[in-house]
Amino acid sequence: MLSQELWYPRFQLASDCSLLITFGDGISRKHHSDVVRLFQLLRSEQNPAIRNIHPAYSSLLVSFDSLLLGPAEFEAFVRGLVDRIDSARSLPSRTVEVPVCYDNTFGPDLESVAAHNGITAEEAIRLHSTPQYLVYFLGFAPGFPYLGELPAQLVTPRLSTPRVKIPAGSVAIGGSQTGIYPVSTPGGWRIIGRTPLKLFQPDREPPVLLQMGDIVQFNPVTKEKFEDLLEK
Amino acid sequence: MRVISPGFLTTVQDAGRPGYAHLGVSASGAADQLSLRLGNLLVGNPAHSAALEMTLVGGVFEFESPCMVALTGSDFGATLDGREVPLWHSVYVAAGQVLRCGPTKRGARCYVCIRGGIDVPAVLGSASTHVATSLGGFGGRALKAGDVLLCKTLQEKPSHVPQRVKRIVLDRIAFREKIRVIAGPQIDLFPEGVRSLFTSSQYRVTEEADRMGLRLSGPPLRGPGAHDILTEGVPLGAIQVPRDGEPIILFVEHQTTGGYPKIATVISTDIHAVGQLRPRDTVTFEFVSVEQAVRLLAQLEALITTGSLEPA
Repeated sequence: MLSQELWYPRFQLASDCSLLITFGDGISRKHHSDVVRLFQLLRSEQNPAIRNIHPAYSSLLVSFDSLLLGPAEFEAFVRGLVDRIDSARSLPSRTVEVPVCYDNTFGPDLESVAAHNGITAEEAIRLHSTPQYLVYFLGFAPGFPYLGELPAQLVTPRLSTPRVKIPAGSVAIGGSQTGIYPVSTPGGWRIIGRTPLKLFQPDREPPVLLQMGDIVQFNPVTKEKFEDLLEK
Repeated sequence: MRVISPGFLTTVQDAGRPGYAHLGVSASGAADQLSLRLGNLLVGNPAHSAALEMTLVGGVFEFESPCMVALTGSDFGATLDGREVPLWHSVYVAAGQVLRCGPTKRGARCYVCIRGGIDVPAVLGSASTHVATSLGGFGGRALKAGDVLLCKTLQEKPSHVPQRVKRIVLDRIAFREKIRVIAGPQIDLFPEGVRSLFTSSQYRVTEEADRMGLRLSGPPLRGPGAHDILTEGVPLGAIQVPRDGEPIILFVEHQTTGGYPKIATVISTDIHAVGQLRPRDTVTFEFVSVEQAVRLLAQLEALITTGSLEPA
């Protein structure tokens, strides 16, 4: 059955040289699995017209050289890949342990996140470091992982006034999302700790610590251990 | 080449680093790719060699060895040892000469292309600077007084005939304030009346405009359904509309994903024009079809590749 006959996924041109493929309007593991598999197929095809691929929760944006392959032809190419999406292997699942020092120095918002949810700081640390989080995709900054799912008892609104500078490695909560700032940027998420690992190193292969599809396990460590593990 | 004074924001840029968006790395690159390309052609470089991108106010540079340069983009009133340097021309520079650039007379950016290209370590395959994340280029930052830049050398001897860009090309890529767009992925969230407002209004580029995006001020665009959307990939030139209704044109250092609705996207042939917009410039928008957009792109490419230079 050809993908043109299905409503799933939706194809739209996002520009005169990029195609947006949307598997759904919400976050679900099923949609994400389709994103991952289409991403794998796009990468393995190595079509010279492909310039960039932006995976997200339930969609992919693919930018292409529209002089090499016109929009209609490029869409036909991607529809052909979607038709055989079931043949794509899923990414091998890696579990990555991320050490985090959760304390008031590295996590200036730890207390306020706990207070907002009517729990203690220790309980907040336990809740944050227990789940196995899925890396849905990387975006916002080099190596920044969009993780899911944050336990409901830790959901805390973003700061009304963002900080001008958040230290690299900061582990943070923003609304119902959680992530790790790979580089120092401005930001409005609540910082609850810091990891000594570097999420992005351009001269390392691969340049990122976490990749789409990885499972992240946060591991609370002491300040001494943090200093030990600090990657320079 | 020694930087005597850097100017307002001068960075090393090339065509950028596409291919890493899945890692959250923006393509970055020159804000006006056409001017970069033409400048490189003038000095006999591969089209997307690394050059200096000057913004609003240019710098002062001392050349320690002889070389060939070309200045392209907007007129920054450049002089070489006091003598006016014509834009869009290849120019021979002798050892010890000082290139002095000042404030722009029109558009936002001017490129200094040097034969051989600027030599900086490649980061993820590119010499481009991504200022917002301090990645690439010259130490991940804008140039400062005292910086010394090296250029690569090319094997072939340069042409002794000074070259310039043809008038027909310059007319085609002239400064424009009417920016052509195609419908964005969330255009359906904006009612017809709001779309008409978008295309019939003048929007002013605000002071916050930078390489990541150009925030515009003007009639706010509000749609009942135009609230936050699920984060998805965003293309270069996307016009996103946050809660306050004031549109933002996402530009070369834009984040790879975003959660605001997008009403339109600037067509490829007009991206370079966005790169020449300054704060307080006004723009208007016009919808075109994808077919027209691709046709315009093909026409422009044909013009550039089939002889855009002539003897000066």
